[in-house]
Amino acid sequence: MTISLKPNNSPSEKLQPTGWLKYLSFSLDHKVIGLQYLICGFLFYLVGGSLAGAIRVELISPLSDFMPREVYNQVLTLHGTIMIFLWIVPVVNGAFGNYLIPFYVGARDMAFPRLNAVAFWLIPPSGLMLITSYFINGAAQSGWTAYPPLSITTPAAGQIIWILSVLLLGGSSIFGGINFIATILKLRRPGLKLMQLPMYCWAMLGTSILVVLSTPVLAGTLILLSFDIVAHTGFFNPSLGGNVIVYQHLFWFYSHPAVYIMVLPAFGLVSEILPIHSRKPLFGYTTMVFSIMGIVVLGLVVWAHHMFTSGTPPWMRLFFTIATAFIAVPTGIKFFNWVATLWGGKISLNAAMLFSCGFIINFVLGGITGVALAQVPFDVHVHDTYFVVAHFHYIVYGGSVFVIFSSIYHWFPKFTGKMLNENLGRFHFIITFIGFNLCFAPQHWLGLNGMPRRVAEYDPQFQLINQISSVGALLMAISTLPFLWNIFQSILYGDDAGNNPWDALTPEWLTSSPPPVENWEGEAPLVLEPYGYGEKDSNNTQEEMK
Amino acid sequence: MTSIVPKEQSSESKKSLSTEEHEDFRMFGLVAFLIADGMTFAGFFAAYLTFKAVNPIGPDAIYELELPLPTLNTVLLLVSSFTFHRAGKFLEKNESKQCQKWLLITGSLGLAFLISQMFEYFTLPFGLTDNLFASTFYALTGFHGLHVTLGSIMIMIIWWQTRVPSGRVNNENKFPFEAVELYWHFVDGIWVVLFIILYLL
Repeated sequence: MTISLKPNNSPSEKLQPTGWLKYLSFSLDHKVIGLQYLICGFLFYLVGGSLAGAIRVELISPLSDFMPREVYNQVLTLHGTIMIFLWIVPVVNGAFGNYLIPFYVGARDMAFPRLNAVAFWLIPPSGLMLITSYFINGAAQSGWTAYPPLSITTPAAGQIIWILSVLLLGGSSIFGGINFIATILKLRRPGLKLMQLPMYCWAMLGTSILVVLSTPVLAGTLILLSFDIVAHTGFFNPSLGGNVIVYQHLFWFYSHPAVYIMVLPAFGLVSEILPIHSRKPLFGYTTMVFSIMGIVVLGLVVWAHHMFTSGTPPWMRLFFTIATAFIAVPTGIKFFNWVATLWGGKISLNAAMLFSCGFIINFVLGGITGVALAQVPFDVHVHDTYFVVAHFHYIVYGGSVFVIFSSIYHWFPKFTGKMLNENLGRFHFIITFIGFNLCFAPQHWLGLNGMPRRVAEYDPQFQLINQISSVGALLMAISTLPFLWNIFQSILYGDDAGNNPWDALTPEWLTSSPPPVENWEGEAPLVLEPYGYGEKDSNNTQEEMK
Repeated sequence: MTSIVPKEQSSESKKSLSTEEHEDFRMFGLVAFLIADGMTFAGFFAAYLTFKAVNPIGPDAIYELELPLPTLNTVLLLVSSFTFHRAGKFLEKNESKQCQKWLLITGSLGLAFLISQMFEYFTLPFGLTDNLFASTFYALTGFHGLHVTLGSIMIMIIWWQTRVPSGRVNNENKFPFEAVELYWHFVDGIWVVLFIILYLL
């Protein structure tokens, strides 16, 4: 048997439709599946973004006048669920992971191509099911956390549909994680050592470990919750002797690591993009690897910092405060390594680079408020206020979503063989960055002054700040237009990119754009030093590339 | 050191993955899946133990459980692990008839476990919604029973696939056999933990 894993699958592959139709079919090609994840995720991003817009419209005035309170709660729940489970997690993991990991390990495909396709095709039906629940007796109203007893007492149909779709999405995520672990650890081409892998492989390995360890716990918890709703058992129902705090522990055992499931791949993607566009080797490769693994370990033991106001005993508060604050150490290492990578480099300020730099700025701001929130007295003060909203939007939007855009600008030439328009891209970045900061920075002030989250009505003194925030949200909505225009324009009329427009050294650029079905026409190249930019001994200095 | 080794210099790259390495990564994926599955059980166990530690978990919960049937179940599963192992030994020696015999015994033990558990359910004095203890008891044992059911079905499939002239599982292609065996040992191991936590603690 050769190194190609395709022989078993190629006969059916030959019968697959070509052209754009292949993106609507059950393909086993990891590149097609990756783009399916990306496109599907982006469509759900538009839905979730519209819901966010509806929230911001409601909050322009202090009264609940744009939509009824139940509808507001449903919109809020759908917004959170869609953005986390259908946009960021599938895209940073599924889309870029599927597209890039086989290239990075020198394989023709993922370890389990069929499982991979199944993992993707679980997503569109469960997402559509989640959205249609809005029209059937009302969608879930209890927020993306679905805390009991609220989730047990609100109308059951929407909540059950919510649980089913999150279970399916969790299953998809576990299948993906198993696939990534087996691919990265066991499918590396001979001669390629672990410590020679590009950083995104390490990030995906860490993420997949988190997925495999924590997502099943969420699945089990949601199964118990659905029993409570359907069969009237008493796991989380205090009137039957149940305990809601146990739900919170189990839920956050998944959902805190979920933050790292969203940002660790983003860290990896940024570590790929920064060296290429500043023509310098990645600074501190080994420390980057160990900081990822440090974040994985710490990420698993800090979940109860979401529960400082849930009656946790003092020893628990102390432990989780310290453990949470410690995460700043590996994250800080990564931050300083990125800055050191930029330091003295030949930086080209294209859209990919701008979005990555925007990520670094936003992520530091979000990280600083995170350290503040880890401290019990401060957390008790701002718990369930807009300060928390601002904090996690700085992490998941300012972090992950900025990186998704950065990665799209960076890898679009590889996906399609066409270049994106850089000026439109920079324009997109500027509106997004201003809109994002205008939307979420003022919310810190709202939270510090006590405006609670998840309510449609608020004290009139907060109106001006909320209006500023809504203007920022409008800018973010508008920023999607130049991006979409750029994508359509470039696919139809864009300049040809060539195989390696960025003069990059990572393996996906050493094949044609878009790549052939089996990734390389001949033997896969053995890339032992993916970050060898501008070094003396390297035969790949920028001058020689040109 | 050059960044990209040219094709003709990389003698190592000519090396192709052997069959063992292929089974290696499939087994690796299976282990990752079992770890995920084990985490589901871990979540359930943690929930049960916390309920037990902080809540009045139901009237005389511990005294309502009788030990003979679950002990019999434990023995059934442990013996079935052993018989599966025996079947594997015969598969290695290419003695398909013997292998099938031991697989049949293993599958029957799995079914016996399920019948015995069903019998236990009917004799228990409490139902699913009676109290928190009852809920957690049925959730844990039921989820494990689901695993035993799936495992028994897979054993029957493997049994069908090891038949001599036309079966697809043999000494050359024994990954399906080993995968089911690992899964079965995993389910047995979970039962031992469950038995200790539910019945003995």
